[in-house]
Amino acid sequence: MDLSIGSPLAIGLILGVVIITAALLITFERRLLGFWQERLGPNRVGWQGSLQVVADMIKIFTKEDWIPPFADKFSFVVAPGIIMSVVLLSFAVIPFSPNVGVIDSNIGILFVLAMASLGAYSVMLGGLSSDNKYALLGSLRAAAQMISYEVFMGISLLGVVALTGSFNLRDIVEAQVDGWYIVPQFVGFVIFLIAGVAESHRLPFDIPEAEQEICAGYHTEYSGMKFGMFFVAEYVGLVLISSLITVLFFGGWLGPTFLPPILWFVIKALSFVSFFILMRAAVPRPRYDQLMTYGWLFLLPLSLVNLLITGALILSV
Amino acid sequence: MIKLVADTLLSQVRTLWMVFVKLFKKKDTVEYPDQQPYMFPRWRGRIILSRDPDGEERCVACNLCAVACPVDCIALQKGEMDDGRWYPEFFRINFSRCIMCGFCEEACPTNAIQLTPDFEMAEYVRQDMVWEKEDLLIDGTGKYHDYNFYRVAGKKIEGKDKGEALNEAVPVDVRSLLP
Repeated sequence: MDLSIGSPLAIGLILGVVIITAALLITFERRLLGFWQERLGPNRVGWQGSLQVVADMIKIFTKEDWIPPFADKFSFVVAPGIIMSVVLLSFAVIPFSPNVGVIDSNIGILFVLAMASLGAYSVMLGGLSSDNKYALLGSLRAAAQMISYEVFMGISLLGVVALTGSFNLRDIVEAQVDGWYIVPQFVGFVIFLIAGVAESHRLPFDIPEAEQEICAGYHTEYSGMKFGMFFVAEYVGLVLISSLITVLFFGGWLGPTFLPPILWFVIKALSFVSFFILMRAAVPRPRYDQLMTYGWLFLLPLSLVNLLITGALILSV
Repeated sequence: MIKLVADTLLSQVRTLWMVFVKLFKKKDTVEYPDQQPYMFPRWRGRIILSRDPDGEERCVACNLCAVACPVDCIALQKGEMDDGRWYPEFFRINFSRCIMCGFCEEACPTNAIQLTPDFEMAEYVRQDMVWEKEDLLIDGTGKYHDYNFYRVAGKKIEGKDKGEALNEAVPVDVRSLLP
């Protein structure tokens, strides 16, 4: 039983737990959304709807896996695999607790950002290969949104990197022993939160898949488990963004010692997951051009100013 | 500009808070099969045929309900018993066409056809929506307990001649000149 960083058992456990958590989140989100809309949500299957995810999985596995005859088969099949593997790979650098993790990489943040950029390919390929106008519109929107939001997603993290002096996520967590980065980097946190929502295309920034406007966007033509991959990958991405916020701004596994570090991490990450679901329940979706204007003309300058001020303070102290 | 940003931010935070508080509010959902709704007695639901207090069928096959029905979902055939009473030989309601308007109940002169508060009428086979007299007929009197058509009507049947009904005057013999 070797559970040290990077052991096969640890890797398997992390992968399994992350995927199961993402699947369970589907039920969790539906119930929470229900509560926030003053209804009950699915509570029929199992105790309080706890087995809803099993029912959903049975449904999604037994559905016809239809590939449209007009689609480009190869990229159509590959696209859902890309996003799934990319978000799962991002978990490699997340430090769950002092001795749980996959790699102790000194380019942790860069790796996560790189993987997030690769995720754009999946969405673009999925939409393009479907040969469907809604899917094409969705993938166009996704590409534009992800490119514009990645810019200041990276810049907003530079404040944290500058304060720590390292790209290593473990170093970043350990540097927060004296105080979480939410205090000195509050602006960075808000920008990263918004960029993270846009990056994982969750509501209110789910413009690539806006149901009311363009069906389901880039995965309009997908069915069965291929759609399921997109769907679960979205939730894995949600967990990933929540974990990143926890690690970068809320001290990762750090917390009072009456709970084990891993539990502190889980509690913090889950509360951010709930916050994302709350945003979905409460905030309306902006128009497409509003989102772009907001990103380029407001958040990008703001993140640059934040970085400048952080740098100036570090140099002057 | 700064005021606009601050107002927008505050508005978003306020929205999030107001939605979050709903977590602890009472939910609007009615969990239907577990939690049955109160059905008002005069609710217009499944149609039944009732019996009079003596246990006989109330329906006299007058066809008024079939005429009043706007979607023509009622079909029946008159039959006559040896004692002079009329009755429906068959009485068929196609509930897949019925719109629960209640016109048949209003048209019925004998209070035989009545609408009940039952609304759970889903079927898997379409043909099962067609109900025959055996399915429609109930053992009770429905909403009107004391009413018996033949006891108050002038119709002559065996054991009750003209003028013998409740509150009925003896018929005038038009051939007699006596006042």
